[in-house]
Amino acid sequence: METLLQQTVNGLVVGSVYALVALGYTMVYGILGLINFAHGDVLMIGALVALEAIRLIQLYAPDLGLIPTLLGGLGVSVIVCMALGYTIERTAYRRLRNAPRLAPLITAIGVSFLLQTLAMIIWGRNYHTFPQLVSTTPLEPVAGVFITPVQIAILVVSATLMVALLLLVNKTRLGRAMRATAENHKVASLMGVDTNKIIAATFIIGSALAAVAGVMFSSNYGIAHYAMGFMPGLKAFTAAVLGGIGNLGGAMLGGLLLGLVESIGAGYIEDMSFGFLNSSYQDIFAFVILGIVLIFRPTGLLGERVADRA
Amino acid sequence: MKHTLVALAVLGLGASAVQAQEVVKLGTAAPLTGTQSHLGKDIENGVRLAIEEYNAKGVTLGGKKVKFEVQAEDDQADPKTATTVAQRLVDSGVKGVIGHLNSGASIPASRIYNEGGIPQVSPASTNPKLTQQNFKATFRTIANDVQQGLAIGKYAATKLGTKIALIDDRTAYGQGLADEVEKAVKASGGKLVAREFTSDKATDFLSILTRIKAQSPDVIVYSGMDTQAGPMLKQIKQLGLNVKFITGDGGCTGEVIKLAGDAITGNTFCTQPGLPLDKMPGGKNFNERFKKRFNADVQIYAPYAYDATSAIIEAMKAANSSDPAKYAASIGKVNFPGVIGTVAFDAKGDIKDGAVTVYQFKAGKWEAAQ
Repeated sequence: METLLQQTVNGLVVGSVYALVALGYTMVYGILGLINFAHGDVLMIGALVALEAIRLIQLYAPDLGLIPTLLGGLGVSVIVCMALGYTIERTAYRRLRNAPRLAPLITAIGVSFLLQTLAMIIWGRNYHTFPQLVSTTPLEPVAGVFITPVQIAILVVSATLMVALLLLVNKTRLGRAMRATAENHKVASLMGVDTNKIIAATFIIGSALAAVAGVMFSSNYGIAHYAMGFMPGLKAFTAAVLGGIGNLGGAMLGGLLLGLVESIGAGYIEDMSFGFLNSSYQDIFAFVILGIVLIFRPTGLLGERVADRA
Repeated sequence: MKHTLVALAVLGLGASAVQAQEVVKLGTAAPLTGTQSHLGKDIENGVRLAIEEYNAKGVTLGGKKVKFEVQAEDDQADPKTATTVAQRLVDSGVKGVIGHLNSGASIPASRIYNEGGIPQVSPASTNPKLTQQNFKATFRTIANDVQQGLAIGKYAATKLGTKIALIDDRTAYGQGLADEVEKAVKASGGKLVAREFTSDKATDFLSILTRIKAQSPDVIVYSGMDTQAGPMLKQIKQLGLNVKFITGDGGCTGEVIKLAGDAITGNTFCTQPGLPLDKMPGGKNFNERFKKRFNADVQIYAPYAYDATSAIIEAMKAANSSDPAKYAASIGKVNFPGVIGTVAFDAKGDIKDGAVTVYQFKAGKWEAAQ
């Protein structure tokens, strides 16, 4: 039982990072029908920029407390990633908006390679130690479950951001414009919505979330390097599809579920398959679930909420 | 016409007069530029020292006095460059090669030496594959990963605890090493309570560690690289797991100390093939000669390169020839006291009783454990 609880906690922490990244995929897909494969690399840039900013803060303002230093690093990284998200949209996607769907998909992959290579040139191939400014020493175990302050911070921050995003999309003017653009951007622009601005805003918000996810990821594991965006990006994309791509609630549900399935799957796959499979198959677990869900619900668990474009 | 013939005859005479002392060229290849250049130079210097000492003593092969010379090539720790320099060495007529450093360079190069009929003795490459290609004259003077895996398993099961959990990263290196660890753990009376797997790109090990924790092991063995071992140590601490941790040479680096931060303690161990210099039978004396000649410290591999060179020359002496076709078979039969201990090879070409050293984390660095 202790083990099951611990695996649940592990899964929720990983899952909430997936969920935050999945939101970026799903928002862009909802509005443009485009899978932004560079999104995982924005997460990586977010972590590395925060690392650089924290190093500078520690150099020039060593007396600043741990949390202000982290927030400073996070702030810089969020701003840089917002600018990056805008630039990517402006240069790589906007010109191709009316091109066949495959064209922006290819530029997305191109941007992903470009960002990774740039990061490799700037930060090198080595793993960097990411300063763990929120403690990673476990708290007094509750019911045999160990949890660290940084894990609690991850859960709280992602929950807050998800609620904030839902409010933004459902309650504000910008949110209404985003929903209108998602439904049909030609009609939305006829109604006076500046769709270019709305699409840019979507990329900016998604990138900010990716930056936060990147900093959380690195703070949790204490490492950062140029290829770190690939796996979380892939998993988050899976999560978005699992929940129903284009659907915000779906991305959150998909992320959390994927984290849990992975963690519990890795923990029990051997017992469940009577020793036939072992933890080297932990990744297939997530994809088996994805396959089953897509067979019975082709639009994901919650389905695509965007109206039919036909 | 007559004049030319005379002139040629004179030239021929002159040449043979110079060659009263026959020159035998030996090749060495290792990274001499780039981040591993200090280790490559270490190998080259080991070879030079051996050759100079044999030349000073004087070696006679087939009734002729021979003088050994070195041709050093830079393989840049790159598999492709390694094959290029290997071909260059074969083409320039070396009689034997001491090299390379990296397994990734030694293995592709070994095929070229084999085709050229040139014996190769690596002083540093530990991948078991190198000597498993059924090449007649591929040898190494350093322990391989099979021997390392056995040493890890035995040390873990006899010195660190009885309940062992084993994790590997499913790479050729990690998996190969882990299989040997498993055998050795069982042979030494230890109990393998968990065998888990991850990948060489993973960062999250919490779920497999939680699973391992339920089996309450005494020791976790990780068979993989430092970039996973570092974060793994952190997560072991994060789960409140109180265990000893041991990893192979992939995790026996300064990088792992950096990445693990305050999660690395005196309960962390790692292994390296080979012995530290002060534990080698001829180590102290070798170190003095080396320092005197090159005004540099021995890094790691110079003694292995020195003994590799000696093995080739001793085999030539035994066969009374420097012709690779004649002396190659004698390398497998050499048996002499070298710097690193007795130099003798098994049927595959691996050093017999290859030593492996266990290190323990102490006061900020790795130190040889007792």
